[in-house]
Amino acid sequence: MPGRILKMHNCQARLLADIPEMSFTEFRDMSINQIQKGARVVSFFGCLDENKSIRLMMILAYDKQGYLTAFSTIVKDAYDSLTLQIPQVNRFEREIFEQWGVCPKGHPWLKPIRPQQTLNNNLDNFPGKENIPLVSDFFKIKGEEIHEVAVGPVHAGIIEPGHFRFQCHGEEVFHLEISLGYQHRGIEKALINGPDKRTIHYMETAAGDTTIGHALAYCQAIEGLADCAVPLRASALRAVMLELERLANHTGDLGALANDVGYLPTAAYCGRLRGDFLNLTAFICGNRFGRNMLRPGGVRFDLTDSMINEAKQRLIKTFEDVSNAVSLLWDSSLVADRFDDTGSLSQKTALDLGLVGISARACGIEQDIRFDFPTGIFKFSQIPISTHSSGDVFARAFVRWLEIQRSVKFILDQLNKLPEGEIMAAVPLLKPKNIAVSLVEGWRGEICHVVITDINGNIRQYKIVDPSFHNWLGLAIALRGEEISDFPICNKSFSLSYCGHDL
Amino acid sequence: MIKTLYARLKQGYRTMPFPVKADALPNRFLGRPYLSANLSPADFQQCKQVCPTKAIAGSEANFSLDLGKCLFCGECQKISQNKAIVFSKEYRLARSERKSLVLSNQPDMAEQRIKKKINNIFGRSLKLRQVSAGGCNACELDINVLNTPGFDLARFGIQFVASPRHADGIVLTGPVTKNMQLALEKTYKAIPSPKLVIAVGACAISGGAYIDHPEANNGIDALIPVDLYIPGCPPHPLTILDGLLSLIKC
Repeated sequence: MPGRILKMHNCQARLLADIPEMSFTEFRDMSINQIQKGARVVSFFGCLDENKSIRLMMILAYDKQGYLTAFSTIVKDAYDSLTLQIPQVNRFEREIFEQWGVCPKGHPWLKPIRPQQTLNNNLDNFPGKENIPLVSDFFKIKGEEIHEVAVGPVHAGIIEPGHFRFQCHGEEVFHLEISLGYQHRGIEKALINGPDKRTIHYMETAAGDTTIGHALAYCQAIEGLADCAVPLRASALRAVMLELERLANHTGDLGALANDVGYLPTAAYCGRLRGDFLNLTAFICGNRFGRNMLRPGGVRFDLTDSMINEAKQRLIKTFEDVSNAVSLLWDSSLVADRFDDTGSLSQKTALDLGLVGISARACGIEQDIRFDFPTGIFKFSQIPISTHSSGDVFARAFVRWLEIQRSVKFILDQLNKLPEGEIMAAVPLLKPKNIAVSLVEGWRGEICHVVITDINGNIRQYKIVDPSFHNWLGLAIALRGEEISDFPICNKSFSLSYCGHDL
Repeated sequence: MIKTLYARLKQGYRTMPFPVKADALPNRFLGRPYLSANLSPADFQQCKQVCPTKAIAGSEANFSLDLGKCLFCGECQKISQNKAIVFSKEYRLARSERKSLVLSNQPDMAEQRIKKKINNIFGRSLKLRQVSAGGCNACELDINVLNTPGFDLARFGIQFVASPRHADGIVLTGPVTKNMQLALEKTYKAIPSPKLVIAVGACAISGGAYIDHPEANNGIDALIPVDLYIPGCPPHPLTILDGLLSLIKC
């Protein structure tokens, strides 16, 4: 069977017809087999075949070997769920059911993931239609001293909506169920038949705090499908923006973590310093979140020599203050008491759930797209992978601090040796009936965009997987056995996106 | 402890003296756009065509740009050879009326920014409840940032509160997704009257990038009457702060 595996590189366009199609039994065995060998699910979704049947597409990543693979199977209205053998596909299977009306039979918890309009225009003729869940009950624990806490969708702070249902025994959380979908805006559906002038704006607002990450994943996918070579200078500037986004968010999160344990000095300083990174982003492109910087083919704004100097000085100054503010955290016994051994996940659990990004690296898993699947300037300038082994809130905080230091060094390196030349290349038409998988290490973790083109080179289907899609379940599991009062710091230590999940 | 005190000394006092003086905005910042009174049909058509949200309407002689729809992507400024549309660094964009957000190239139209009569009701104190209904978290973050020392919103008497029962008004972000509509309506009902509604960002005002999506409304306007519109995608924190301050006595 190994001969039937199609190897793909990050952002490489392949003919859709080259993706192996197999019987469901083969598909299931292949999936289980490859996962056991150390592969990881980056995406698993349904798409409409030319003869109007539903094709399930599995995309796996082999991190250490640095390649991806894709294989598929045709299904009718149901198939045997893979979740029990491969826990990391559980949300993907629920999504497939919701989007296509194809039921994963035997799925242990078949609830809606984000109540949405189906992608299947043919659904009226689908026998599975009536079975698609719209509302369903939460998992409940019964007993005299068990109580339930429900929070959201409107929260106490200025954050996005989501519903959290805790089953508690006293202060102890036995089970947490997270119900999302409130932010669903129909992005994937609106991308079909593009790209058009609104496409990039969907990308930049898929998760507003990850504007650069998602825009970069999109641009790289398009460039792969169009065989477009991005100028080196543009590649370097994109990486600078990506790392600035990481710096801003990591700094903000460390401040927010400090706030959640009542350690206010770091909270106040980091709140401001996050803004300094955002202002540096705006210094380059005019917008604090990096809007309007990336476009397929390159970037829209260049840096003059004097701007490069100013950017470097501002970065060094801000980093000095961040070092000072963050170092307070590691010296405080109050902080250590709350961070250590809180919200722990074992490495095995993290691997089983398919966690990505900081949450995975904090469990000692060496996994970073910038290193394993490098694109653009990351092919030439590598950033070492930052890990910590304890898997708790402290580890997730500490990995952020390691990444801050390495990102600052990386940006300074890039600005010191910024390649000369153009910043934008023309983008040819997209190759028809092709598929490309684009991976980017956003600040939360792996962003995956899969683009399939139709016979005219327009987008036939666009699949977005935000890192949060993998990681929300990690948060729920991390809370088991914890005190409910530790929910805020656990939540913040994962810092997941609602809109990136809901799309 | 000594290290904490030293850090306090090092980090310094960082609150900007707004509204007396605001921190300088970056050179590439896109604020209020100005529309040219004389331009060719070709110029106008070009601008209209590149706009992702149909914010540009009318004809070349009498054309308008709707700040409520504008994503401030600057594509129109970039494509226009003859400066049909030029973005300035003016960040004070909040308006009390939806129609005042529609900028015209006709110089004689008087532009009304903020109605002042609200001021007297809430005096120097304003408690707000934020609801995100499909926002991408950019507007939310730039509202949140007003609580950091740089802006220090609390010194103006404005506070974001945890319960709608404690609030004088609602600050809405996002186009109001269908999945969030009920929760928004319930939150609004839970706020005691008289109450304010503030729409922050292109999505909340018009649907923004999500205009006409079946999964969402075109902003809050059709659902609940709005008292203040703060345009942008997302609005700069100073734009939001300026808007909020217009609602109270300073």
